[in-house]
Amino acid sequence: MMKSKIGGALAATALATCMAGPATAADDTFKIGVITFLSGQAAESFGVPAWNGGKLLVDMLNEGGKLPAPYDKMGFGGMKIEAVIVDEAGGATKQVQEFRNLVQREEVDAVVGYVSSGDCLAIPPVADELKAFTILYDCGTPRVFEDGSYEYVFRTAAHATMDNVSLARYLKSRSFDVPSFAGLNQDYAWGQDSWADFTGAMKQLYPDAEVKTALFPKFGAGQYGTEISALLREKPALVHSSNWGGDLQGFLIQATARGLHKRAQLALAAGDHVIPQLQDKMPDGIFLGARGVNGLAAHARGGELKELTDTMWDAYEVEYNTFPVQAPFRMWQALFGLKTAVEKAMADNGGTKPTSEELAAAMKGLSWDAPSGRIEMALAGGHQAIQPNAIGTTKWNADAGEMELVDVEYYAARCVNPPEGMKSQDWLAQGFPGAECD
Amino acid sequence: MDLAATILVDGLIYAGWLFIVSVGLTLVFGVLNILNIAHGSLYAIGAYAAASMVGAYFALGGEAFPYGSYVAMILAAVLVALVLGPLLERGLLRFFYGRDEVLNVLVTYAVFLILEDVMKLIWGVNPYFVYEPYTLLGDVEIGPLFYVGYDFAVIAAAIIVGLAVWLTLNRTRVGKVVLAVIHDSEMSQTMGVNVQRIYLGAFMAGTFLAALGGALTAPMISVTPGLGVNVIIVAFAVVIIGGLGSVPGAAIGALMVGISRAASVHLLPEAELFIIYFVMAIVLLFRPEGLFAKTQARKI
Repeated sequence: MMKSKIGGALAATALATCMAGPATAADDTFKIGVITFLSGQAAESFGVPAWNGGKLLVDMLNEGGKLPAPYDKMGFGGMKIEAVIVDEAGGATKQVQEFRNLVQREEVDAVVGYVSSGDCLAIPPVADELKAFTILYDCGTPRVFEDGSYEYVFRTAAHATMDNVSLARYLKSRSFDVPSFAGLNQDYAWGQDSWADFTGAMKQLYPDAEVKTALFPKFGAGQYGTEISALLREKPALVHSSNWGGDLQGFLIQATARGLHKRAQLALAAGDHVIPQLQDKMPDGIFLGARGVNGLAAHARGGELKELTDTMWDAYEVEYNTFPVQAPFRMWQALFGLKTAVEKAMADNGGTKPTSEELAAAMKGLSWDAPSGRIEMALAGGHQAIQPNAIGTTKWNADAGEMELVDVEYYAARCVNPPEGMKSQDWLAQGFPGAECD
Repeated sequence: MDLAATILVDGLIYAGWLFIVSVGLTLVFGVLNILNIAHGSLYAIGAYAAASMVGAYFALGGEAFPYGSYVAMILAAVLVALVLGPLLERGLLRFFYGRDEVLNVLVTYAVFLILEDVMKLIWGVNPYFVYEPYTLLGDVEIGPLFYVGYDFAVIAAAIIVGLAVWLTLNRTRVGKVVLAVIHDSEMSQTMGVNVQRIYLGAFMAGTFLAALGGALTAPMISVTPGLGVNVIIVAFAVVIIGGLGSVPGAAIGALMVGISRAASVHLLPEAELFIIYFVMAIVLLFRPEGLFAKTQARKI
């Protein structure tokens, strides 16, 4: 009898605890919800390395004093950072539900997330509805802020137009002869948009170049034999691809085995993240970008940010036994931006934990330094970032047993991103008006 | 090399792969009357198993005789069949024989979802690579194009697999028993045939063929999660075109899809995704049961 009474009391207590909901984060803790791919095709390329980098940075910030100024202060404005991680796999409908969970049940102070452009388009209206401060850290579609406007949503990475304008400028700056080119891109929004951006930029810089063929194999196709035959037959001077992950790895394995890289110049819009897996199977002489001055290009850059970049780079290498590719760089720039915004808001409000409104006000038009360069919230009324970019050429260093980027060209943010108030496609069609190149 | 020949070669290479991927699916349907959606997962597990086995082979000093990696790939497929075949057939599917086909589709879909997670549990989300077998057989130069010898080895493997399955079914005693079971399992049982054993054998053969498809594909791709999803869709298209349960149908279906897809990539790239379903729609318009659907004997 006594036993059952105790059991009943325990059950009631447990139930009451559940009904009370999760404990509200204390004022000495800043709780972030982080959404990124932990499973599925984008996990290995983007999601997992991004959060590996994020986890590392959160640990370093919570410890305090591990990073050079202005990031040497503990946590976010002295508050300890607590992260709740959610897997992005499962589609936009599921992510909207997860987002509501994070905001309403977990009561996070900010959300940092989304690799998929589909998720980045689905979340902002919900974020504004819930007045939840949200940073889109990775996705590339220009449409988020070109087709919409949001109060509480910010994107701390440049959108994808920059990748292909930089690639086209790289060809031009190296006087690369492009009488013709072809494309092999994944058949969904990312691949279609990337090809449209590249052809738009090429039309301005190489108006006489002929488009030989545009191939759009299915996402996750794996087999590219027929496409490679078509590219070999068409003999374009250059082959453009924005493929990523397993699709890019499969394409490179099959294309190099058949000598495509010897007959055409390969130009990859987002190619750096397959280097740790492919190593010397990735051929020399490929032009590639990393969607920002990320990865090898950041490591090679030096300059004022060298200390910050090297600190993150070395810590990542020690922790994960590989070098950080583009995804952790984008996570770092988001978290450094959030830290800067939190501390700016706290300086304005007398040092208390900022509300979503205060955070949004602080983030609008903000600039801060990240290992990937100076990030400026310069587009979409201060909600969309621009950043510098870099393109380089692969070269295997047999002595060191590692891939290097050589002939790296760095582009200022205002050289390869459209100006405020202008849509990317219009900017490309009008010949990059307002571009500020060195 | 003119365009027609390029399309033919590309089509044959793709068709060879498609046939290996699809023939197990049609065999399992023919014998067990189960549309096995988990076939895609078995393919992916075959790819993972081959990547692991070939990796282990080279780690244990296989460089001295790299061609042994092909044996490792086939052994990987055998291993998958020996472990998963009995586990799934005896442990699960046998409880659903004779039930509604839709229920079987749901059961195998559940197995598909479970196996997707099992793969992540065992192999994680990072990709696996085994390039060595892909480049071992050298290049084949046809006109201005280079092909990899391995591509033609896949065509040879498809022919061997097709002949082996066809000859086993049509020229051996076991095959005759299997055909009897396909025709009327109750009557076969009455005549003393161990139908359970035939079902198990057929499912293990189907599992082996799925895993072999994955194992042969592993060297040319990065083996990553989600591998089986795309495969099962295209495999279904092939066996539906050929007629569910027909091995020659799977061969013809694979050839039709392979060649029409190659023609589309070369001539009309924007139609590449559409062409498979277009071919399927045209075939089903004239032959709703597929090209080689087995004749249903009417029971009294």
